[in-house]
Amino acid sequence: MVQLTLPKNSRMQTGKTWPKPEGATNVRKFQIYRWNPDDGKNPQVDTYFVDMDTCGPMILDALIKIKNEIDPTLTFRRSCREGICGSCAMNIDGINTLACIYGMDEVKGDVKIYPLPHMPVVKDLIPDLTHFYAQHASIMPWLETKTNRPAKEWRQSIEDRKKLDGLYECVMCASCSTSCPSYWWNGDRYLGPAALLHAYRWIIDSRDEATGERLDDLEDPFKLYRCHTIMNCAKTCPKGLNPAEAIANIKKMMVERTV
Amino acid sequence: MRFLTDRKRAAGLGSGRQGTHHHWQMMVSSILLVPLVPILVILFAAALGGDHAEVLAFFGRPIPAILMALSLVVVIQHLMREAHAAIEDYVHGAAGKLTLIATTAFAYTMIAAGLFAIARIAL
Repeated sequence: MVQLTLPKNSRMQTGKTWPKPEGATNVRKFQIYRWNPDDGKNPQVDTYFVDMDTCGPMILDALIKIKNEIDPTLTFRRSCREGICGSCAMNIDGINTLACIYGMDEVKGDVKIYPLPHMPVVKDLIPDLTHFYAQHASIMPWLETKTNRPAKEWRQSIEDRKKLDGLYECVMCASCSTSCPSYWWNGDRYLGPAALLHAYRWIIDSRDEATGERLDDLEDPFKLYRCHTIMNCAKTCPKGLNPAEAIANIKKMMVERTV
Repeated sequence: MRFLTDRKRAAGLGSGRQGTHHHWQMMVSSILLVPLVPILVILFAAALGGDHAEVLAFFGRPIPAILMALSLVVVIQHLMREAHAAIEDYVHGAAGKLTLIATTAFAYTMIAAGLFAIARIAL
């Protein structure tokens, strides 16, 4: 049965309020989820005040400033700082997005930052994405061919290449999958929008010769058909992609080969 | 504690090789409901305000009786499939399977009772 309330040891408590920076006139309040697996305490929400006059414009800039200048124990993933690596995905102001490309000006009032929803937490803002990555690997995200390898490259027309636009850009940040209620309730079996978007990317690749096998593997009440077109995935995607459309296209192909 | 690899956990028992039939049936019944639901509303509106004998006479005519029977079967089957999807979403394990059986039994009982009532009025 679906669990609608958090277990006792996951319920959030009010955490530490860090002092305001001295002499700062343009201060912004940040409320950030904290959890340390080593101290045995419940998760808590710490409050930080950041001097916006000496801070960059993005949420990630503020997080780095907090870590560098206020609380070095604050833990989060980040790498490219330009929306390409997908590392800094987190829930900001109620939306799953990338901290590096989400502007401070897009948030009204206090900035509330939590890890991606409904995933096990490793520490603070770091979710455990092990199962998410394994699901991605299970859809065979590579070119599958049976024909002997050509002397040069596998050729593809410009029109066929264009079909991959809106799909190949996915950076696997997990914002979409962790915004999906179906993935929350059945993430162990439902592949989720990100893995299905990648599956579709290979299904419609004109060079791939395993289309039928890929569709066979996806045809399952849970792997694919748990998608109820809720559209949270398309709404939250920080890259502006539409996983729901990709899933709908897979379903259309399923019907096409059956009916 | 089970020492399963991440990939093994993700693969689970593999694909059930089904789901498309259910998806297609939902699409078909949805399309059928587009004309059937307004017809159902119009039928009830037409019978509204009559006394018991007039209402029985109205639904005893062939076209209203057939449309009522059609709507009953399509609506309840559609609801049953929707309910199955919701149960699969939220109720897991043995409780889920028992709920699916109970829902199916309830839906078919409703269809049987409804068809019996319509037949009794019409025949």
